[in-house]
Amino acid sequence: MLETSNPSSLQHVGHSPARQEAPDKLTGAAVFVSDMTLPGMLHAQVKKSPHARAKIRRIDVTRAARLPGVRAILTGEDLHYRIGLYVVDKDILAKGVVRHYGEAVAAVAADTLAVAREAADLIEVDYEVLPGVLNHMDALKAGAPLVHPDLGAYDYVKAVFSPQPGTNIANLSKCRKGDIEKGFAEAAWIVEREYTNPSVQHVPMETHVAIAQWKMGDDITIWTSAQSPFTVRDLFCSSFKLPRSKVRVIIPNVGGGFGGKAGIHLEPLVACLSRKAGGRPVKFQATREEEFSLLPCRSALTYRIKTGVLADGKIIAQKMEMFWDAGAYADYAVNVTRASGYSAAGPYEIPNAWLDAYTIYTNKPYGTAYRGFGHVEFFWGLERHMELVAQTIGMDPLEFRRKNLLRPGSLTLTGEKITAHTGDVRKCLDAVAEAIHYGELTPAEMAREARTGLKIGKGVATLHKAPAMPSFTATSVIVKMNSDGAVLVNVGLTEIGQGSTTALAQIAAERLKFPLNKVKVTVEKDTDRDPYDWQTVASKGLILTGNATILACADLLEKAYETAGQALRAQACDLDHDGEKIFVRHDPDHSVTFAQIAVGYAYPDGNAIGGPLVGVGRYIAQGLTNLNKETGQGLPALDWTYGAHGIIVEVNAMTGQYHILKIASAYDVGKAINPALVRGQCIGGMVQGLGTALCEGYVYDQQGHLLNPSFTDNKIPTSKDLPDEIECVIVETPQLDGAYGARGVGEHPMISVAPALGNAIKNAVGAELTHMPIRSEDVWRAIGHKEPVETWITKTPTGSCRSVVWGG
Amino acid sequence: MKIKVTINGAAYEREVAENITLLHFLREDVGLTGTKEGCGGGECGACAVILDGRPVNSCLVLAAETDGGSVSTIEGEAKDGKLSEIQEAFARRHAVQCGYCTPGMVMSVRALIERNPRPTVAEIKEGLEGNFCRCTGYVQIIEAVLDVTGQADSKQEPTHA
Repeated sequence: MLETSNPSSLQHVGHSPARQEAPDKLTGAAVFVSDMTLPGMLHAQVKKSPHARAKIRRIDVTRAARLPGVRAILTGEDLHYRIGLYVVDKDILAKGVVRHYGEAVAAVAADTLAVAREAADLIEVDYEVLPGVLNHMDALKAGAPLVHPDLGAYDYVKAVFSPQPGTNIANLSKCRKGDIEKGFAEAAWIVEREYTNPSVQHVPMETHVAIAQWKMGDDITIWTSAQSPFTVRDLFCSSFKLPRSKVRVIIPNVGGGFGGKAGIHLEPLVACLSRKAGGRPVKFQATREEEFSLLPCRSALTYRIKTGVLADGKIIAQKMEMFWDAGAYADYAVNVTRASGYSAAGPYEIPNAWLDAYTIYTNKPYGTAYRGFGHVEFFWGLERHMELVAQTIGMDPLEFRRKNLLRPGSLTLTGEKITAHTGDVRKCLDAVAEAIHYGELTPAEMAREARTGLKIGKGVATLHKAPAMPSFTATSVIVKMNSDGAVLVNVGLTEIGQGSTTALAQIAAERLKFPLNKVKVTVEKDTDRDPYDWQTVASKGLILTGNATILACADLLEKAYETAGQALRAQACDLDHDGEKIFVRHDPDHSVTFAQIAVGYAYPDGNAIGGPLVGVGRYIAQGLTNLNKETGQGLPALDWTYGAHGIIVEVNAMTGQYHILKIASAYDVGKAINPALVRGQCIGGMVQGLGTALCEGYVYDQQGHLLNPSFTDNKIPTSKDLPDEIECVIVETPQLDGAYGARGVGEHPMISVAPALGNAIKNAVGAELTHMPIRSEDVWRAIGHKEPVETWITKTPTGSCRSVVWGG
Repeated sequence: MKIKVTINGAAYEREVAENITLLHFLREDVGLTGTKEGCGGGECGACAVILDGRPVNSCLVLAAETDGGSVSTIEGEAKDGKLSEIQEAFARRHAVQCGYCTPGMVMSVRALIERNPRPTVAEIKEGLEGNFCRCTGYVQIIEAVLDVTGQADSKQEPTHA
């Protein structure tokens, strides 16, 4: 629902006012759940498994229970509820068996955190250690231990997912387009390779934290640092078989989410502890170490790509196999598999495509949503692969990409037809190529190389992503006018740092023609008071909630005009308004102020009409379908945001050490509602992507113990890790059904940073990287690694790869 | 033990446990929750405050060590109902996203510019290295520091292709 306006007439949209809640956050006044203390509140701790897979023989809580100040103790045997977003496979506390290092096996609530800690230490667990499945590729082998022997008995979302009972496969998503064998037969070249990346941690600066109070009569209130209040409520009610009205979820400020707080996590456990403690509120906040292993991470991926190319460089066929390491529970990983499956070819046209994407259970901390929802991981392989294919056939990688990019009329993997309004990936790619002077070294760069003895390389990578969400994803907005004529906007979308509060205020002010200071969007969310929103995920907030905001403002104005028409004895069609008043267009002095009609209009004699002005807007994703389970065909994407990165890197060919001189990024955002906020997303996401590219990742020992659950051993980028130069480019091809033409860009900046870096390093020193993160030692090893080309070039125009001249 | 400490200019005299950190003393005993805990191990800077003129990670300092000292926290940064120049620059330059690292970041900036009123970009990066931010990618924070030290060019916005 595009509000079409001449861009020059826009008063708020396209401008960059400061974020609305900045003063609160800058003065320490903003309250996060971690800051909250409630009367009578208890503190919780959990007892965690030191093993990856073990049978729980016995749990002895006697000594813990004797400790003064302990008010509740729970073990898995006390709780008979299973939770799960798509596959209901997780007990609140481990029952009978532990499935990953760090899993909660018992929990305590006590008067103080110190007592709770001591009590957790005093709980004795007798384990029988079992051999675990620690590698997702091994988990597929015959005879591998089953992480979930009861998979066939679990409930799951049947319209969308396909668990394979009797195996470790939590889901298999497929895509079949065209005729893959015919395509490979026609191909002049076939290039195939495998790309990998490990699990990583989101690292929100505020770790997961929840407070719950389970009061008499099953009245439950939950305060949680979460992204999706209604999903927490609805999944909680499903697990406990409670009416939605019994559970109230409140979310104040959230100290970062990045997908890790999208679903339901600590809330059921603290609620059960509260019930056990007789209804006293209970708080639990994960330590930083627990954030790494008790809470979920991002799944590891093994991605195999086989690409057939015609002699002119056009891709004719591509076979893709994704093996996602879900860890111990399916959580979001099954949907990551589905969404990355239908996006797996990137913004390229592939006439004949074949994809199998597996979600695989292992005995490791489990995977969940993480900014990019699978795309950061698979684009690593895909965009390294496109580089490799181009170089194999002797074509410039940028030219090769341009030749194969989606264009109006192209069909995606699922059969969706791309139009001129979908977004312009070509423009993004060209913008970053230009920004880094792709394909040449400038005189200054040549001089630098001569001076330092280091090699400079340049690389590009494209990206795309659509919101991954149910076909019926919906939201609603309520705009309420206060008696002074200003409005309060209630949305279920959560402010987790992305700036939606400010962007939605700009959209509301634009549609209402009000000054921005007369629009307030509430930060705190409350499922009892705010209108429904599915989740704050998927970069879908701007398009869905943005549209609902426009509709709610239109609804409020319609009601205001109705009251004003009566007050002014004029027809609504003759009315107009500004930020203060509604007036008769041909007689502007004849007017009534919004303040006069905000809560009802009273005539001079006291008679009243109207009533409080409240506008309601609701919006639901349009035209989407479930995908056919066998062919993957259908319409999964509300919109596509395209982008590209270009990187200039300087590499020491002797040591593998490297330094990023410049990164340029471009995204087709449709319309930048607030360009400074867009820039914040672009740079913030890009730097988070650099973390993934440079250094982050889980390291396990051979028994499945996580070795680096801390900032000492799992670094994230600091201010000193920034590239020397950062450039952000915005492309604006309006999204016809977006609010003022906008589409989301929250996740996209993180995608494809790693392959752009890998490609630049390859072009600098020839290091052929297939695993990320890219540490200096990996570059050094890759420089020295000479692999026979026939291992990845399996067909050439002359039949033998021996004829290929491979520069290295 | 009993300590006397000045916090944001106000005198406090409190009984504290020997093992309580300054961070938990501020948050739990004094009720100043603006200072955040990000890791509890002195690595992320979310708990940064200024102790006797020096920036410290308050999770690594015992409350007992502050006896007779002076502590500045984020709650003391705004004066007379007005944001400080640092806070204004952070708001203006979009240097805040989720806001959880913001208090520690502002205190580190305060400490930085008090010892170096015109830091270079390299010095700003060095000065803020101990403060993790997972949202902003630091660039708009660095621009806010350049702004408040009178070194900023015009407002940074992305270019349009």
